[in-house]
Amino acid sequence: MIKIGWIIILTAALSLGWVPTGIASDNTSEIILMAHDSFSVSKTVVAEFENRHHVRLRFLKAGDTGAMLNQAILSKNNPMADVLFGVDNTFLSRALAADMFIPYPSSHLGDVPDELKLDPTYRLLPVDFGDVCLNYDKKWFAAKGLAPPASLEDLIAPAYEGLTVVENPATSSPGLAFLLATVGHFGPDGYLDFWKKLRDANVQVTASWKKAYWGSFSAASKGDRPIVVSYASSPAAEVHFAEKAMEESPSAAVVQNGTAFRQIEFVGILRGTKRADMARKLVDFMLERTFQEDIPLQMFVFPANKTAVLPAVFKRHARIAEHPVFVSPQDIAAYREEWIEAWTETVLR
Amino acid sequence: MKHISSKSYALLAALPLVFLAIFYFYPLIKILTVSLTLDETLGFGSLKRLITRGIYLRTLWFTTWQAVVSTILTLLLALPGTYVFARYQFWGKALLRSFTTVPFVLPTVVVAAAFHSLLGPGGLVNAGLMKWFHLTSPPVAIDQTIALILIAHVFYNYTVVLRIVGGYWSRLDPGLTESAKMLGASPGKAFFKVTLPLLSPAILAASLLVFIFCFSSFGVILILGGPRFATIEVEIYRQAIHLLNLPMAAVLSLVQILFTFALMWVYTRLQRSRSMALKPASRAVTQKKADGGIDRLILAANVSFMILFLGLPMFSLMVQSVTTETGVSLGFYKNLFENATESVFFVPPADAVFYSLGFALAALLIALTLGVPAAVFLAGPANRARSLLDPLFMLPLSTSAVTLGFGFILALDKPPLNLRTSPILVPLAHTLVAFPFVVRSLLPALRSIPPKLKDAAAMMGAGPLKVWQTVDLPILGRALVVGAVFAFTISLGEFGATLFVARPQTPTMPLAIYRFLGQPGAANYGQAMAMSSILMLVSAAGFMLMEKFRVTQGEEF
Repeated sequence: MIKIGWIIILTAALSLGWVPTGIASDNTSEIILMAHDSFSVSKTVVAEFENRHHVRLRFLKAGDTGAMLNQAILSKNNPMADVLFGVDNTFLSRALAADMFIPYPSSHLGDVPDELKLDPTYRLLPVDFGDVCLNYDKKWFAAKGLAPPASLEDLIAPAYEGLTVVENPATSSPGLAFLLATVGHFGPDGYLDFWKKLRDANVQVTASWKKAYWGSFSAASKGDRPIVVSYASSPAAEVHFAEKAMEESPSAAVVQNGTAFRQIEFVGILRGTKRADMARKLVDFMLERTFQEDIPLQMFVFPANKTAVLPAVFKRHARIAEHPVFVSPQDIAAYREEWIEAWTETVLR
Repeated sequence: MKHISSKSYALLAALPLVFLAIFYFYPLIKILTVSLTLDETLGFGSLKRLITRGIYLRTLWFTTWQAVVSTILTLLLALPGTYVFARYQFWGKALLRSFTTVPFVLPTVVVAAAFHSLLGPGGLVNAGLMKWFHLTSPPVAIDQTIALILIAHVFYNYTVVLRIVGGYWSRLDPGLTESAKMLGASPGKAFFKVTLPLLSPAILAASLLVFIFCFSSFGVILILGGPRFATIEVEIYRQAIHLLNLPMAAVLSLVQILFTFALMWVYTRLQRSRSMALKPASRAVTQKKADGGIDRLILAANVSFMILFLGLPMFSLMVQSVTTETGVSLGFYKNLFENATESVFFVPPADAVFYSLGFALAALLIALTLGVPAAVFLAGPANRARSLLDPLFMLPLSTSAVTLGFGFILALDKPPLNLRTSPILVPLAHTLVAFPFVVRSLLPALRSIPPKLKDAAAMMGAGPLKVWQTVDLPILGRALVVGAVFAFTISLGEFGATLFVARPQTPTMPLAIYRFLGQPGAANYGQAMAMSSILMLVSAAGFMLMEKFRVTQGEEF
């Protein structure tokens, strides 16, 4: 009984200790950034913002992008945070339609290329971008004496049968991005034909990027698929997170014309914030060089600010797609469900 | 003879009911109404689509049949093992029992990795078969098939049958079966006519839990089964998160809830009619050493099955966690302690262990505090309130984590219940899943308590509380530990709801594993495996510790 009593006291103490930290306060010396679970930032960068503005920066992670956006929409009348990061161009129209952001034309937007600015009302400002594209296992292709894929069409050539693994666009965000790449590349009338052929070429479909990469991709697992849908920066991550220093990445990205879809991530100030001033400062900070130069090695995507200097491993191993496929956020919002359903019918059933 | 007045019975039900009203029904009703009113047809448009489009009916059909088959398979494979645990004493029993429960805490992605390293195209089994039989291609192609879904469901749920039926079986006097044999019944007949009917309350309880778990299966279907398979739970997630179609998600949630409620209503009627009072036997009577040849064979066969089927995948994870390019080393474990990326979200391993255990203990205590009175209430004489509340108490187990997670955001947003960003929400969410487990673990034992024993105690002047303490509690000791272990386990492994309510300042072990697996690189994978191994060892140690409580209580009868 002594043990049980001790556990009860310990647990009660823990629970009580947690409660005050959890209750959202109207404390003006604190600001909350809501983000998806892939968001990351260096400690020193956070400290710089906090010291500069004498404010505490707190984070709220709310699942993947879709889960986070849903939660933000459901709580828009009584928001859980001041600033929201991580809405991407596939969700942009939907997020804007919910009317939950206030406009802020930050002066730092001058450093951002125009093609990343998709919201002319300045409610969602671009922070970073990453290209979803094919990755391949270099060693595998060298050993087989087969040329690595250079285009989407290569995937349906006989020599590449049974080599590719993709993610389900209905449950995975790189999966959806790749589906959009095919829609943009082959057109809304032609993409299904490509997928039909890809299905006949024995494409493997997994529910998530994790399963595709860690379960099937031959360069990262014991799987037998040497081609995977991932990011153009994944080879850089392979080098950066290698067990021991390596000169060359085991994988490479295909970035040629019209094979990649660019995911752009945005930040916005939530309507209903009681700290709009500080929220604007946070948005400014996220577009400045300190934060922007921290992005590559934290989230393995590219900074939106063109003046940001890339880390060496990015310069050497990460690529930017040449002329990525473009599908407008309005079209994505309008046809998202239709394209996914048609894809599901064609590839899975 | 009056044991507990109906007024005190009502009081017993009040606590769990208030909890469910605030943390289950209120958020659920809020999210369902908000979602359905987003739609101008109030969800009827979605309902019509659901009925007219074959795909949704097929999903409901698939959800049901795979759950039925998974449950039957789990029973068939786990009951022999349960017999071994109930009837034999052998070396390493407590350790083995602890390890059979570990799968329950493992995230699906990790289990997928484990199965992959064993059964995948380049896995151990295929490599071995190819070598021995000189094959050119891997003979076992099981990934993303229904077979793997079923195997995974048995892998996860084996322990449910083992613990819930095992606890009950070990109190069953073997004399009853022996008498049947003495009267001329063959061993088979004695089992089917005597043992099985006596065990049926526990078997039914375990089957129901396994069924509901498989019915609302999410990760196993999504990750191991792949995109060709979908349960209602998976479809809710797809509709809500990726298609942003909340009305359809709400209609599907309602279908799921109503379906399980109907099923549980039937079940509770069935179970009530089957319960019978039993005089509990002590372990000295029920358990023996495996002496004879057949005894040894049964023991060896079942223990080998557990080690091969449950142990090998876990073992392969541990092997992966120490396999580095430079050979066997603890490099990945060392890496866990270094914040190589300087990230503000770095999780020191000790913190992850601390928060996981803290949440699990909190969930355990809340679930027991609510589950014990609920079970005592349900075990009382049958009436209308009980036949309604019994299935009602099971509902949280079968409600989509996505739906409930959104419900929390909507409902718990104002003082005094401004909890939506509070870490306390994590154990509360875990309790919702753990509470039905506690109730189901306790009920068969509670109903088996012979009223005569209580009458005798009351006759000797003991008040209701004293009767409970001296008669019920010792008999319940074992079932209480079973319930506690499950509450603890569910909290340690729960992920769906945690992802919604977890906050970066209180990371758990499964969240840390997911974070590592989110980015490419061999070091990330290795650290995920290392953290998984820590999760397994910490869980196993926790179960061992809880078994200790049982030893001191269980010997009283």
